[in-house]
Amino acid sequence: MAQKTLTDVGNEQGESAGKREADRIKSKAHEMAQKQQEISVAAFFEKNRHLLGFDNKRKALLTTVKEAVDNSLDACEEAGILPEIHVEMIQMDEERFRIIVEDNGPGIVKNQIPKVFGKLLYGSKFFTLRQSRGQQGIGISAAVMYAQLTTGRPAKITSKIHPNEPAHYYELHINTQKNMPEIVKEESKEWAKEHGTRVELDLEAIYQKGSQSVDQYLKQTAIVNPHVTLVYTNPKAEQIIFARATDSLPQQPKEIKPHPYGVELGMFINMLKMTQYRTLQQFLCSDFSRVGPGTAKEICQHASVLPSTPPKDISREMAERLTKAIKVTKIIAPATDCVVPISEMLLEKGLKKEINAEFYTAVSRPPEVYRGNPFVIECALAYGGEQSAEESVTIYRFANRVPLLYQQSACATYKAIIDTNWRSYGLSQSASSLPIGPVTVAIHMASVWVPFTSESKEAIAHYPEIIKEIKLALQECGRRLYSYLSKKQRVGYELKKRGYIEKYIPHVAEALKGLLGLKDSDREKIEAALKEILEKTRGEVEDIDFKPEKNVEYDETFAKIGKEEKKESAEGSEDGEGEGI
Amino acid sequence: MKAGQQTKSSKEVADEITSLSKDIYTSILHKKSPSLNIPIRALQNVSYDPKVGYFELIGKEKLRTLTASTVKTFAQTLKMMSLSKELVQQDDIATKREAYYVSKNWGDARFDEQPDSDNVMDDIEAMMMVNREQLGFIPEEKGGDIAGKLIVIDHDRETGKELRIDCTKFGSGAYSVPISVEHLQFETDAEFILAIETAGMFQRLVKHNYWKKANCILVSMGGVPTRACRRFIRRLSEERKIPVYAFVDGDFYGWMNIYRTLKVGSGNAAHINKYFCVPHAKFFGITAQDIVDYKLPTHPLKEVDIKRGKDALKNDPFVQQYKEWQKAINDLMKMGKRAEQQALAAWGLNYVIEKYLPEKLSNPKTWLP
Repeated sequence: MAQKTLTDVGNEQGESAGKREADRIKSKAHEMAQKQQEISVAAFFEKNRHLLGFDNKRKALLTTVKEAVDNSLDACEEAGILPEIHVEMIQMDEERFRIIVEDNGPGIVKNQIPKVFGKLLYGSKFFTLRQSRGQQGIGISAAVMYAQLTTGRPAKITSKIHPNEPAHYYELHINTQKNMPEIVKEESKEWAKEHGTRVELDLEAIYQKGSQSVDQYLKQTAIVNPHVTLVYTNPKAEQIIFARATDSLPQQPKEIKPHPYGVELGMFINMLKMTQYRTLQQFLCSDFSRVGPGTAKEICQHASVLPSTPPKDISREMAERLTKAIKVTKIIAPATDCVVPISEMLLEKGLKKEINAEFYTAVSRPPEVYRGNPFVIECALAYGGEQSAEESVTIYRFANRVPLLYQQSACATYKAIIDTNWRSYGLSQSASSLPIGPVTVAIHMASVWVPFTSESKEAIAHYPEIIKEIKLALQECGRRLYSYLSKKQRVGYELKKRGYIEKYIPHVAEALKGLLGLKDSDREKIEAALKEILEKTRGEVEDIDFKPEKNVEYDETFAKIGKEEKKESAEGSEDGEGEGI
Repeated sequence: MKAGQQTKSSKEVADEITSLSKDIYTSILHKKSPSLNIPIRALQNVSYDPKVGYFELIGKEKLRTLTASTVKTFAQTLKMMSLSKELVQQDDIATKREAYYVSKNWGDARFDEQPDSDNVMDDIEAMMMVNREQLGFIPEEKGGDIAGKLIVIDHDRETGKELRIDCTKFGSGAYSVPISVEHLQFETDAEFILAIETAGMFQRLVKHNYWKKANCILVSMGGVPTRACRRFIRRLSEERKIPVYAFVDGDFYGWMNIYRTLKVGSGNAAHINKYFCVPHAKFFGITAQDIVDYKLPTHPLKEVDIKRGKDALKNDPFVQQYKEWQKAINDLMKMGKRAEQQALAAWGLNYVIEKYLPEKLSNPKTWLP
């Protein structure tokens, strides 16, 4: 048996070949393991900046201003301060801008400053449910990071929290690997302001006017935030002041705990980990809204988990059973007083300022709930006047008082508009497209959690409950529009009739003059009397003719802001996607 | 049931116009919406009683108040009254067509079409219960043609001398009924008057001197008889006591629009039917039975004919009075056919003279009331 058969050789060779392959794969795995490391969120977003709204230079400018202004507004309102925000854009080079946003907010405590601006996903809002502009603490640090990536310059932050204390000044970078702030410079300095925050960022950007511009964003912000004063200096060093129209702050939105219906497994497990309560029942009752001991027990029963189980002992499987149990348990809807709408009156007023139309209406829907999150839909509509009748209706979208300028056709509002039958309200509309007519529609969604389709917060996600509410609001506006249009038609008809009657009055008078041999003065008497009779029998006619000067709210200069280059922007792709940086 | 003279003098007419205008004037000065009361001129506002002999108004009125839909007509009515007053006071006349053209001076109140002005004129007539001639308006239409054993006594316009017009002496032509016939006088020994629908049939009978053979007076109505024609036949037949026979097409238009209007007047001019009708006229032919008896060539009834027939059954007080007419209409509807007078020519051109007319004359049972 000394001789190996050919087969054996072949087998041997086969074995050794197989071994070699296995070794190769093993060493490859080691090699790959060396490369595998924690990817910081910052590094991830560096590669996926489009998710945060920095996909092109024009949009980057808007996103940066927007994040800074949104934060300022949130801070002011939370502190009960009437916001006064200065926005300045200085053109440093052809495609390089310095953006300065300064507010009169409460300021930021010294040691928080680096984290707020230099660490992504660091914020105050992620684990609470409260109607606010910002949601998860990404926005402003992403802007800082974008600035750093495109110009290498640090963000310069000044903040002051008390008149008697000095301001703190920081120059910051973000360590994108570690998602940590790197302090370049730090000092105390005098600042004339009593309190507030000032952010200065240098970034690569393109400034353009039009419907998706900073100008448009600030204007629309002013429309839905009448309590805000915005002082805007554009790159041409022209200053525009959007003065506040009211001195009363909107009602402070209440913070609520999450409603069980809106919590998914991952978040549920997270909450179990974080809770301070000792039993499942306590956890359910205290960390969620609308759960009492009875409901908690019912959930536990449905999930076959003891209510006395400590949260830390809940396994993944048990957590899954619990989330399923929540769905089959009847739980009352969340309180809805935590959502603060703009109000029909202010929304309509805002629209009047922007559009000189002949008819305005606004509808605020009662609060509704999607996935356990309360929300309110508001809608305002302006018809006719100086608007073009041949174009698609103009849409203004707002979420928690923030204008949405991009991704219109991906938005739930858009879906709701095209799904509404506008033909029955007197507009023309072809199947699944926007109605055509001299109409502007403004839609606002206020919620403790606005579900956006992406982190860049450009479009509201298509939740059926949300679309339904928007449609109901639109339909109500539509019905009012229709009744206005019918009235207009009736009045028009009546005026025509009156004109007709008045045309023949002189002939009646003339004939009577001839028949009775009357004097001219008698004829005039007859004419006057006939007119009076007519007025008496036909009643007053409401004058609903469009008169441009009738709308006292309308502000022509205001309306023009951000519109100059409308044509140009309409030609480009709708969202400016694909332009790249 | 004497024809009698029409009663209102020019002055009375002018005064009435003035008084109507004054009412309107006063009402306007009192800030009250002025209105005109006008009898409804339609079959729905007439009744028929054979003892009276013609369509009488039953008093339904429309109130022409000053509203958007009536203001134009209101102004036009006043304008027209004004024109009428002028005409009457100046002893002038205007034809209906002329009145229409006068209105072209009225600016926005002018009439667009003559039927509109005719309509307003008829309204004024009805409102004042007078004949339009009394308002100073005369029709354009011819009154009808006459041939046969009749002498019409008229006056020379210039000299006022009596003119004796012998209707036997027009050869192949005929005497034309004037627009106003009140002043005419008649001499005749004819046995009957034959009122004929078509000029064609009239020509045939004249050509063959039928009037001589039958000792009668032939009248060509040329469709629906004009007021003058009706008035002429009425006066002639009543004053000379001669029967009147109507000879028209065998269809609903001939029966109702022509014969019925001749006999009892129309719904549209009900206010003057009293004078413009021939209550004792008899319907001679062509009847539904004639179509069968004489095997006449026919045409199918058109939709408009059927509608006319149904309408007559439903709305015409005259038809509703006579079972004979209801039967006749129903028969014709059942047959679905109509026959013209001249269809008799299918049996020879002079069949009508030699056979049809003599047979009908001698057989009153075939007539209709």
